Amino acid sequence: MSRDATDTGRGLSRRGFLFGGAAAGVGAAVALGVERTLPAQRQAELDAAGLNGARTVAFHGEHQAGIDTPIASHATYLGLDLHDDTDRAALARMMRVLSDDASRLTAGEGALADTEPELATVPAALTVTFGFGPELVRRGGGASAVPSWLGALPAFDIDALEDRWSGGDLLILVSSDDAVTVAHAVRMLLKDSRSFATLKWRQDGFRRAYGSEVSGTTMRNLFGQVDGTTNPEPGTADFDRVVWAGDGWLAGGTSIVLRRIRLDLDVWDEVDPVARSFSVGRDIHTGAPLTGTREADEPDFEATTAAGNTVISPVSHIARSRPVDSREVIFRRGYNYDVAPTGDGVSESGLIFACFQADVDAQFVPIQRRLAEGDLLNTWTTPIGSAVFAIPPGCEPGGYVGETLLG
Amino acid sequence: MNAVRTPARLVALAAIATLSLAACSSDSDAEATADAAASGEITITDPWVKTVESGMTAAFGELVNGTDEAVTLVSAETPASSETQLHETLSDESGGMSMSEKEGGFEIAPGESLTLEPGGNHLMLMDVTEPIEAGAQVEFTLTFEDGSTFEFTADAKDYTGAQESYAPEEDMEMDMGSDS
Repeated sequence: MSRDATDTGRGLSRRGFLFGGAAAGVGAAVALGVERTLPAQRQAELDAAGLNGARTVAFHGEHQAGIDTPIASHATYLGLDLHDDTDRAALARMMRVLSDDASRLTAGEGALADTEPELATVPAALTVTFGFGPELVRRGGGASAVPSWLGALPAFDIDALEDRWSGGDLLILVSSDDAVTVAHAVRMLLKDSRSFATLKWRQDGFRRAYGSEVSGTTMRNLFGQVDGTTNPEPGTADFDRVVWAGDGWLAGGTSIVLRRIRLDLDVWDEVDPVARSFSVGRDIHTGAPLTGTREADEPDFEATTAAGNTVISPVSHIARSRPVDSREVIFRRGYNYDVAPTGDGVSESGLIFACFQADVDAQFVPIQRRLAEGDLLNTWTTPIGSAVFAIPPGCEPGGYVGETLLG
Repeated sequence: MNAVRTPARLVALAAIATLSLAACSSDSDAEATADAAASGEITITDPWVKTVESGMTAAFGELVNGTDEAVTLVSAETPASSETQLHETLSDESGGMSMSEKEGGFEIAPGESLTLEPGGNHLMLMDVTEPIEAGAQVEFTLTFEDGSTFEFTADAKDYTGAQESYAPEEDMEMDMGSDS
């Protein structure tokens, strides 16, 4: 779900500034409100050049890619369980192989021993991100290496978790603007995982296609809700403080909380726009808080109606998810899912909610606890999967992700 | 092969080739090849060996002769196998493909490369005794006709191809044994 956990009042973000620069002539007066419109002077046209296919995102670096890099249109999350005999030495071999695959594929080359290298030539901003579950960390570095927050989240009353979407020892997150590229990379990485682990679950997510709207536009989930406003901006000190861990083998890494949240669209259909806006605390059409006019406006939780009630309901989503403590900030990177329905419904849809933070217990859990206790959106949303992984720091060429734990 | 003399003219030409490749292509293999041609050395690009529990397997890569003289690869050794052969894959009388030991070794012209790949030429490890596991690093030493040697490390990768026989039901080891 959308979690407006980062109401830090960043009116004109870097994102807005960059767009202002791109729309030359409009100048500094460009506000976030126009972000979701295309530049006025351009006709919609066929993009015949295919330029985005060649775009690469560096695999190597201080941090793993796929976290603070621009979000791609497609993401596949793979949860794997380690074989019983995959010990520390085997983990190092596994991560060396997978890191090498990732570094080649993200550069637009076939992996070593790739049987279909022709499919690798269109990276389209491919990123591969690895995460470690508690069992992997324990095998790799002993119990003392497992961060206190790494494990199943506390049970929440709203949860209806299914094992087939939960847990796992190794996370591989593959994302790209091209679904064929994702399919090839996923297959290559899973083939090279087979000696060490088995696939437990796979979750495929999507957002708007690349080029369909202005880059950096806050996504709408399948409720139609603008989802992800007030996220920390990558490249800022604020973002660094929220996301990157500073200690031990995880220094330069982070954590991911992955929640599969089913959206009951058939019942949401019964809710009129006013009630939808009331539940969220934002105008369902514009994403603006009910006390403002633009998405970027700071919500006024004190403003009252003539009848004396607050304009933004205290049990609305944004009221419940705003930080109580200044540490309660997370960085969200959500995707939609839409799979074949079972039973009588016409849809089985929802959100692959993902958020990154240095410390799950300090930053994410308090927000989730408040939402579980009372959030009008809970009426139509059900968490059906949950997993937490430590995301190791990045590596340099010749190194591998996880070497700070396994090396 | 570190002592091979390289004419300055060749280096300059190769450097130009590298620049033009870098300018118009994202094919880093091609760049690597051009770099190697300028190196004055024997190099290998993307060496790998197919994982195996025991018995036979094969190693691959792009062996580049960056010197200004032809070289002939005559033998290969690795601690992973008691015997290693140089193999080529050719059409056989039955219309299929079969592999056999390369008589006289592989000659590589100056600036050219020898492609070792599944279904083609390869280094054949005849008798692996300890499992070669995915992600392991396996040392190889190549010997050339003039007695010089070249060492490299290959990454072990799981690979279900390179079975030398394309009938899935056939016993791979028996098939390869009869060929070699």
